[in-house]
Amino acid sequence: MTVEQIVFLLISAFTLSTAVIVVTKRNLFHAALALMATFLGVAGLYVTLDAGFLAAAQLLVYIGAISILVIFAIMMTRRLMQTTEPAYNAQSGFALVTAVISFGLIFWVFYVFREFWPLIPDAVTPLASKPIVADEILQGSVVVMGRSFVSSAAYVLPFEIASVLLLAALVGAIIVAWPKAEDKA
Amino acid sequence: MIPLSWYLIVSALLFSIGLYGVMARRNAVAILMAVELMLNAVNINLVAFWRYTAPDGAVGLTWAVFVLTVAAAEAAVGLALIISIYRRRDSVIAEELDMLKN
Repeated sequence: MTVEQIVFLLISAFTLSTAVIVVTKRNLFHAALALMATFLGVAGLYVTLDAGFLAAAQLLVYIGAISILVIFAIMMTRRLMQTTEPAYNAQSGFALVTAVISFGLIFWVFYVFREFWPLIPDAVTPLASKPIVADEILQGSVVVMGRSFVSSAAYVLPFEIASVLLLAALVGAIIVAWPKAEDKA
Repeated sequence: MIPLSWYLIVSALLFSIGLYGVMARRNAVAILMAVELMLNAVNINLVAFWRYTAPDGAVGLTWAVFVLTVAAAEAAVGLALIISIYRRRDSVIAEELDMLKN
């Protein structure tokens, strides 16, 4: 066990256990706090993958914005904080079976292709460990990403569509959540 | 020395947990939170494949940022819908929102 593996396993255990809390906790406010912890763990996984920019974006967008939005929604709707309501619907047993089967299918793919994607860390096949890359390339990846967002040979059209999507979503969210005249009375 | 498959397994577990939450929870806000978990699992996959197979490009990072953008838009619209439905029906339990039935 190297230090890197131990750090990875700790971050993964933190992420997955808080994710389980998110889907099992009956009190939704606690679930939302656990969701913030899950986002933090995923940001830690990004750091272990040398994607520092994405980790910072994760902190800003998910923890800073989306979690706060979820907590606002929880506080603005009654009955959500109550702990007497059942948390699960009638099909929760089937849902558990389906989730286990879906993980089993994905893991089966890894097992079939275990020569290509080794499951144990000391295998000498490709993808057994992170390829060693010069620091300049890793640090320059954010520059490459930013250029590809605005280069006509790469992602300028999806980038513009994403900006229109954000604008439309925010205007639409305001209009959808706008109180009706009869509600005010 | 972390194999790529470890990241993929963590991501698959996170995705399955989110899938269970989407299917089993009654509350619409809880369903939305589980969807966010699934989107995060996808992002871990994208970044892990970027780092292990093509670190000199930035395709995985770029798409992860797109997923982040769409997730933000989805959360905003989804929560606005939930608040709007709550005003009209006084409920955010997904099973009780059956006005398209009958």
